[in-house]
Amino acid sequence: MSQLELKRNQVLEARFVADEDVLKHISDNGGVKVRKDRAQLALNVKRFVKKLENISDDDDEAQEIMEEQNYVAVLGACAEASELAQTPGRNVTFDSSEYPEKPACTPQSSKKYSASNKPQLKSKKNEFVSTTPYRLRKRLTAPSLRSDSESDYSASCSEEEEEDKDHKETCDVILGQKTPSKTRAAPPSKKTPAKKLKEEMTSNLVEEYFEAHSSSKVLTSDRTLQKLQKRKLDQQTLLVLLNKAPPAFTAELKELNQQHESLFSKWMLQLHLGFSIVLYGLGSKRDLLEKFRTSLLRDSVHLVVNGFFPSITVRSILNSITEEVLDHVGTFRSPMDQLDLIMKRFKEDSSLELYLLIHNLDSKMLRGDKSQQILAQLASLPNIHLIASIDHINAPLMWDQAKQSLYNWLWYETTTFSPYLEETSYENSLLVQQSGSLALSSLTHVLHSLTPNARGIFRLLAQYHLENKDNPSYPGLSFQDFYQRCREAFLVNSDLTLRAQLTEFRDHKLIRTKRGTDGVEYLLIPVDNGTLTDFLEKEDEDM
Amino acid sequence: MSTSSVSKGCFVFKPSSKKRRISSSTADYFSEGKNDSEDSGLRFATCQLLWKQINSETEKIQEELNKQLFDNLISFLRQSYSEFQTKKTEWMCRMKSSEIPTAALVLGVNVTDHDVTFKSLSEVLQDNVTPYVVSLQAKECPGIKHLLQKLMGQLMDCCVDVDSFEEEECVNISQKKIRCSMASLSKWYESVTKKTGSETPSKKITSSSRHWQSPPIVVIFKDMESFTTKVLQDFIVISSQHIHEFPLVLIFGIATSPMIIHRLLPHSVSSLLCIELFQSLSCKEHLATVIDKLLLTTQFPFKLSEKVLQVLINIFLYHDFSVQNFIKGFQLSVVEHFYSQPLSVLCCQLLEAKKRVNSLSHNQCENIRSLPSFRRYVESQVSEKQIALLTEDSFLKEVTQTLLEDLHIYHENYFTVLRCLHVFTTSLPKYPLGKQIRELHCACLGKSVWETEEYGSTVQLLRMLAKDELVAILQKCVEIFISSSGKQFSNTVEKLEEFLARFQNLEIAETNEVQDVSVLSQKELQKKTDLYHLQKTLLELKESKRSKKLTKFEMLRFEVVDFIDSLVRSYLAPAEMQTLNEVVYFNTANTLREHLNAAPRIALHTALNNPYCYLKNQTLKSDVGCISNTAPDICIVYKLHLECGRLINLVDWLEAFSTVVTAVEGTDPDSVATDQVDEIIHARFIRAVSELELLGFIKPSKQKTDHVARLTWGGC
Repeated sequence: MSQLELKRNQVLEARFVADEDVLKHISDNGGVKVRKDRAQLALNVKRFVKKLENISDDDDEAQEIMEEQNYVAVLGACAEASELAQTPGRNVTFDSSEYPEKPACTPQSSKKYSASNKPQLKSKKNEFVSTTPYRLRKRLTAPSLRSDSESDYSASCSEEEEEDKDHKETCDVILGQKTPSKTRAAPPSKKTPAKKLKEEMTSNLVEEYFEAHSSSKVLTSDRTLQKLQKRKLDQQTLLVLLNKAPPAFTAELKELNQQHESLFSKWMLQLHLGFSIVLYGLGSKRDLLEKFRTSLLRDSVHLVVNGFFPSITVRSILNSITEEVLDHVGTFRSPMDQLDLIMKRFKEDSSLELYLLIHNLDSKMLRGDKSQQILAQLASLPNIHLIASIDHINAPLMWDQAKQSLYNWLWYETTTFSPYLEETSYENSLLVQQSGSLALSSLTHVLHSLTPNARGIFRLLAQYHLENKDNPSYPGLSFQDFYQRCREAFLVNSDLTLRAQLTEFRDHKLIRTKRGTDGVEYLLIPVDNGTLTDFLEKEDEDM
Repeated sequence: MSTSSVSKGCFVFKPSSKKRRISSSTADYFSEGKNDSEDSGLRFATCQLLWKQINSETEKIQEELNKQLFDNLISFLRQSYSEFQTKKTEWMCRMKSSEIPTAALVLGVNVTDHDVTFKSLSEVLQDNVTPYVVSLQAKECPGIKHLLQKLMGQLMDCCVDVDSFEEEECVNISQKKIRCSMASLSKWYESVTKKTGSETPSKKITSSSRHWQSPPIVVIFKDMESFTTKVLQDFIVISSQHIHEFPLVLIFGIATSPMIIHRLLPHSVSSLLCIELFQSLSCKEHLATVIDKLLLTTQFPFKLSEKVLQVLINIFLYHDFSVQNFIKGFQLSVVEHFYSQPLSVLCCQLLEAKKRVNSLSHNQCENIRSLPSFRRYVESQVSEKQIALLTEDSFLKEVTQTLLEDLHIYHENYFTVLRCLHVFTTSLPKYPLGKQIRELHCACLGKSVWETEEYGSTVQLLRMLAKDELVAILQKCVEIFISSSGKQFSNTVEKLEEFLARFQNLEIAETNEVQDVSVLSQKELQKKTDLYHLQKTLLELKESKRSKKLTKFEMLRFEVVDFIDSLVRSYLAPAEMQTLNEVVYFNTANTLREHLNAAPRIALHTALNNPYCYLKNQTLKSDVGCISNTAPDICIVYKLHLECGRLINLVDWLEAFSTVVTAVEGTDPDSVATDQVDEIIHARFIRAVSELELLGFIKPSKQKTDHVARLTWGGC
């Protein structure tokens, strides 16, 4: 049924609704809502259901959904249970220790609480939906669904109502505030005044925080990217793909940039007057600074520092200054000595001038206290002009009063909205496959150059490793055990051969040894389990 | 040359030396990039000159404020040193000399200002007491070894300054060779003092005129709290062993409270010190002096408007207590004013300004005509004059000159009357108009002060002042008026003096009067009468008391208050009402706040939550708190992540993202609902997520596969 409807309305509508609006609607309609609850819940379920294919309208199917999303079911059931029990301030997060037994328990509990009539059961499901992280975005309303709703409300308003309704539920679950149970016999008069709700919102923000941090377990879905059949993209393909994506708002972005560029000469003026300039705001400021550099600094000595470069250090910055700007030959005992020399040279020679451009002053490598201190002292020199950019939300925390006065910042907001391409390209990003692919290829390469016996030894260790992957206190395989296993598999004939083999592994960083508390040597593979599984699968194919 | 590389992060660009010489000067940047570059050269010169004057004035203030403190310190050093001198020969010295004289200098929490204080302190000491002044910072001395190294290094440098240049080389060599220890230090000291002793008498006189014989070594610990206790303790214990070999004096710079010494040092160590406490001036007083000398004076033509001043004071009070930063903000407003206001060329001394008016270009005249305050002025004139003002440049210039003079006179009067009013308001309970003169100044600058509620209550309170208070205040006012340069206050002074004289006369008259009244009422009551009459007379008496004629004193008091009120009304008109005030007042408080007290988090939050603020595209326009689904990827991803708990499942996130994005593009939802998320969308998602990571909203988490942890809570 719903499938058919879907076919008819292929363009879906996704809308973001402001929290304020939701609140208003809740408080406006709180009283009447309970009555029309059931019909609307049925609607919501349909909306949810249509996302999954091959769904007809009976209970078995619904059960399937529940199984798929059993974690949600747990949450929903528990939420309901607590609602019934009328416990104040119910908790949204549950221990995942309850987890395994849930598929069995959920249908039971739902049977227990609800009569067997369909809308009731569905109403529960609807709640489950609302607790998924992406619940809000899934609120895709197909206009024609309205027609088969049993609602006695006019068509024009019902759609909005649905949305608000949905919101209310999500709010309820998220905030964990104690509202009258909606699905069950709650008196219609028990409606929350708008004012009170608003107050609760603010105080709930605090409660929300502590709630989210109260238990160490957080309930989220178990889905992984691997199950999604999503390969990790490497940097190259990522760039290619991104180039294909259509650019948005080019005219507006250009206008923004032009606004910023008109400030260039003002920056120069202020740099010359002894201020340092720091740029903040969303978007990469690299292009902007590059443009500043090429248009105004062409004829002066300047140093560009890519703070986002993963192995940048203050030392390398100081070295660039002493070696390339000051043409100093020689080494220094400490960065302090180096800084002293630079300061002395710049103080002596007032004609010496240096512009220092630092992209991402707040990068991981430069945000340390000592680095910032040194950079601040550099910036405090009257003939070193510093212009830098920061991106991290907490970047200003790097500086205490003393450093700030050394830097003598003038803040400029330069929101550019341009993507942080260069800045994130070095970063070992979450979804971009970098070290993983390298490790796998290096694993196979190294092992292909070894004898079959050596490969067997490594396989043994890898298998043992994977067997114990769920054991958090797995210390590694002790050398004696390993030797025993290898002997049993006819891979080595003496203690010494195994040790020689292990040395080779260790040199290629394939294994690591750790000494346990009892002095026994334990062997570990410092590769993540996914890669290791892939490797073993590949090996199996080869064999 | 490109600045992106996978092998290095620093790129030095050195233009050929020929080119480098041509690099433009600061003045060029001042005029560049402005459409409105009238008189920019002159403006820049004026700006620089003005700032130089202001800067030297602030330094002078600083010096004066520190003078008292430094004098005390020097006398302390002198005293402790003389003890050393006398005891050196005595046997007692062996017993007591392990105590190191120490000055604990409590400087307050405004750490950023301390540097200047210490710099001038060491200069003063070097000039007056001893060449051997060493200042140490906690950062430079992580261990006792570093501390001694630093100490020796600085001492050797000192001695180079004093000695002739021949010795420089040998000192340099020895500095490297000498193992840094207290023993070598005392040896060095012995050799240095012996050298000065054996010098020719003529030389000796010159040196001893500045320094004393065998001058003490002064070690300044700039930030005592940040030193590691171990280093401090070691240093104190070691140097107390050597105190009989050379005179050592310590100075601790303390930001919190003197108690910290005892918290940092155990009794066994602190007993080796002979501590004397010195308190520096509080930063609030410092600020008050700076405001008094820089802002409440006609010495500098440049003025701050109420809002700007408020911003600067707020930064001071709520952020750092740093006078240096206040002055920095002042500098920024000077630069901004001269940079943005073409007519600021007239912001100089009156005579000079009058000259400059004559040479104004036609464009500048138009600029004057477009000033709001000038327009108001024109509108108040008769029609012929209006036409002349708007069409004839020469007439305009004439008028401008007189207007500038008026503005100058206004300021002269304003500051005098302001001080006078301040004398009155500070004596009131609860300070309705503020305790500090800066608060009063802000109140008067912004709007007509006499229309405010606070002023009303002030006047009411003034009407209740006791006589001796009032007299004292009036006397102070007379002093202020006399010391002011304005001549137009001679009448006012006369009037005030007349008031004072009348108060004097009152004293005699008053006593008689009081007696009269009391006698009369007594008599009436004593008459025999019935209850009804008694009640009646009592009522009448009460009535008469209420409407009783005021005493002479009260009348006089009213008169005085009314007089002050009239002064306020005529002289403390808000600056915005003055014609041509834009020439000398800097009033874009917003720029100042943006540049000095920026809120990067808010900017980031606005950009993510409401991109329409920056990208003026209609599709992005939406209600408060909502976000259009055509918004930039990062905004959508951010909005989605706000709805998650502490951990976020990347798969769910990705799916939600692709739903939102595809819904916009109107692609087939069936394909989206399944697992085949478009590759491009996947890539866009990856980019947005890694950008959020860079911005510090999320971080990878190892708690669960394919999960990230959220780092912020509640909006931003």
